[in-house]
Amino acid sequence: MSLPGNNQRLLTYVDAVREALAQEMKRDSRVFVFGLDVDDHKAIQGSTRGLIDEFGPERVFGTPLSEDAMTGVAIGAAMAGMRPVHVHIRMDFLLLCMNQLVNIAAKSSYMYDGQVKVPLVVRSMIGKSWGQGAQHSQGLHAMFMHVPGLKVVAPSNAFDAKGCLIHAIRDDNPVIFVEHRLLYFTDAYVPEESFEVPFGKARICTPGDDITIVGISNMLVESLRAHELLAEAGIHAEVIDPISLVPLDIETIARSAHRTGRLLVVDNAWTSCGASAEIVARVVERVRNGKPIQVQRMGYAPTTCPTTPVLEREFYPDPAKIAQTAYAMVRPGAPAWQPDAEAAELAYQKKFRGPF
Amino acid sequence: MPHIAMNQSNTKNGQIAPSDLERIYRSLRLIRRAEEEIARIYPSDKIKSPVHLSIGQESVAVGICDVLEPDDVVSPTYRGHAAYLAKGAPLRGLFAELYGKATGVAGGKGGSMHLIDMRHNVAGASAVVGTTIPIAVGFALAFKRTRSHRIAVAFFGDGATEEGVFTESLNFAALHKLPILFVCENNYYAIHTPITRRWATQRLCERVETYGIPTRCIEDGDVLKLREEAAAAVARLRRGEGPSFIECRTYRWLEHVGPNEDFDAGYREQQEREPWLQSDQLISIGALIASDRRSAIDQEVEHDIEDAIAFAETSPFPEPSALYINVFAGQ
Repeated sequence: MSLPGNNQRLLTYVDAVREALAQEMKRDSRVFVFGLDVDDHKAIQGSTRGLIDEFGPERVFGTPLSEDAMTGVAIGAAMAGMRPVHVHIRMDFLLLCMNQLVNIAAKSSYMYDGQVKVPLVVRSMIGKSWGQGAQHSQGLHAMFMHVPGLKVVAPSNAFDAKGCLIHAIRDDNPVIFVEHRLLYFTDAYVPEESFEVPFGKARICTPGDDITIVGISNMLVESLRAHELLAEAGIHAEVIDPISLVPLDIETIARSAHRTGRLLVVDNAWTSCGASAEIVARVVERVRNGKPIQVQRMGYAPTTCPTTPVLEREFYPDPAKIAQTAYAMVRPGAPAWQPDAEAAELAYQKKFRGPF
Repeated sequence: MPHIAMNQSNTKNGQIAPSDLERIYRSLRLIRRAEEEIARIYPSDKIKSPVHLSIGQESVAVGICDVLEPDDVVSPTYRGHAAYLAKGAPLRGLFAELYGKATGVAGGKGGSMHLIDMRHNVAGASAVVGTTIPIAVGFALAFKRTRSHRIAVAFFGDGATEEGVFTESLNFAALHKLPILFVCENNYYAIHTPITRRWATQRLCERVETYGIPTRCIEDGDVLKLREEAAAAVARLRRGEGPSFIECRTYRWLEHVGPNEDFDAGYREQQEREPWLQSDQLISIGALIASDRRSAIDQEVEHDIEDAIAFAETSPFPEPSALYINVFAGQ
């Protein structure tokens, strides 16, 4: 966990996103923010609050429910030299944008041989809890990782949220910016001034020798909770935040996994053809005559997300499930272990403040 | 079989200057001859890209582009050689691109369906029908935001109007009064399916008007009428009055994709094409030009095409290392 430096203060994730937008809009008049409801009284859970007052309706505006065309408009504006930030209150809605994102945004730099670039940021939020259910909870980042030409970033804390969003806006490529609703009111020490968190650099959050745990988006926080539970059982997990998924800092993850001999990837998504599958595959492909690495993936249950809390609890990895899985990997053959129920419950009250 | 309304009246516009007529003729001639040469070369397999030829439809691109400024942006379709050439983009880059050569406008990575030339403000074309309509709207949004005098023109076919993104784009452009001209090239067929089997009614202009967008339908492909309507629409756009829409009825003489005729395929009758052959704009505009001038233009066009083909033939293919260039901007 980091300590506050100069000009740093505790800031929530949502305010970090808002501050990044405001600072970039002030710096660069080409930046504009649009999407359904970015300018209403709820301001995308507060992440766009005040922007319309500061920058006016030409640069902050709501849209018709036309995600397909609005994505095309953003791409065209980006090709014409603007730097749009297109906001979606749920990631599920990106499925309405797939043609534009996959066929145009991802490919334009290449198929038009560098004659145009698409400096577009697509902000989208993954939902969880309060019965968000089948179509308000999906983490679809792997779909975008599949296609060359898109960058994908999933910051897990307020510090990275601000630094990554500023970096994304300044990037000349389309960036899928993955936020998680449960992270919005977590806080971290964040510099007041503008700064960038470059893509392609993973962060080792907790050093450890027994097992490497990679947590994506909100699952990074759940993995840190699992880390606490494992420590009580004498197991030291090295928890890594990849931060950006494209580009992916596989070096840092592979180095750690080779050292610990065990890799558990916990994704905020399904495992099939997912980011967890990709990370595991790339690490294992690097093993050359060395000692094999024990690997395991965790993610959404291979079913549709239900609304009732009883079933929803089964659907997601949680700190106890992650800790148990890691324990079984580190101590195969040992009697099954369960973290203390009270400790598992308390894990949820533990505050983690990034950038870890 | 689709109903094809033909207006046989000839526009005799006495006001048009001879130099304008020559420019229009040259553009029509260049597109026609370039595509005839593409069709001629195609069976040799030197062209490494599927080609959707505009032969018979040239007047739409020529009539519209003739009234644009160089810095206005046009967004062509995958049947886009005509708009690309009418906007003044280079013939050499077109042929080299079709040949898959490094000197092509997209370095051999785009081919016929992804033509682009931002130096002449030809935005990139897409093989997915309708996809570029909102992108042209995005250019128009940027022009409005930057208080530019520039306008955008979106070309698309009748099939594209069936995509949801078409009406989404109309609505947004009208809502924000964006400087964009929507040009529907209605050639009555989406691949091989006629509009009578795709449209509940053929009242396309009426549909568009419900968004508060002024519309015009040019039923006979008359290039001078098209030009006149385009000029009026462009003037409104530059005054900030919001988008306009022109439906241009036209007819594809050859098959959907490839260099041949396809009247033996059974999905359309050859007699459908007859009135369009008779009102061929290349012939009728050519007839308005003095024969010595016409011959001189024809010779220039032949020379340019020969030069472009030679350029494509002698240009190198890209190096294998080019495979990974521009996956991301600046890489």
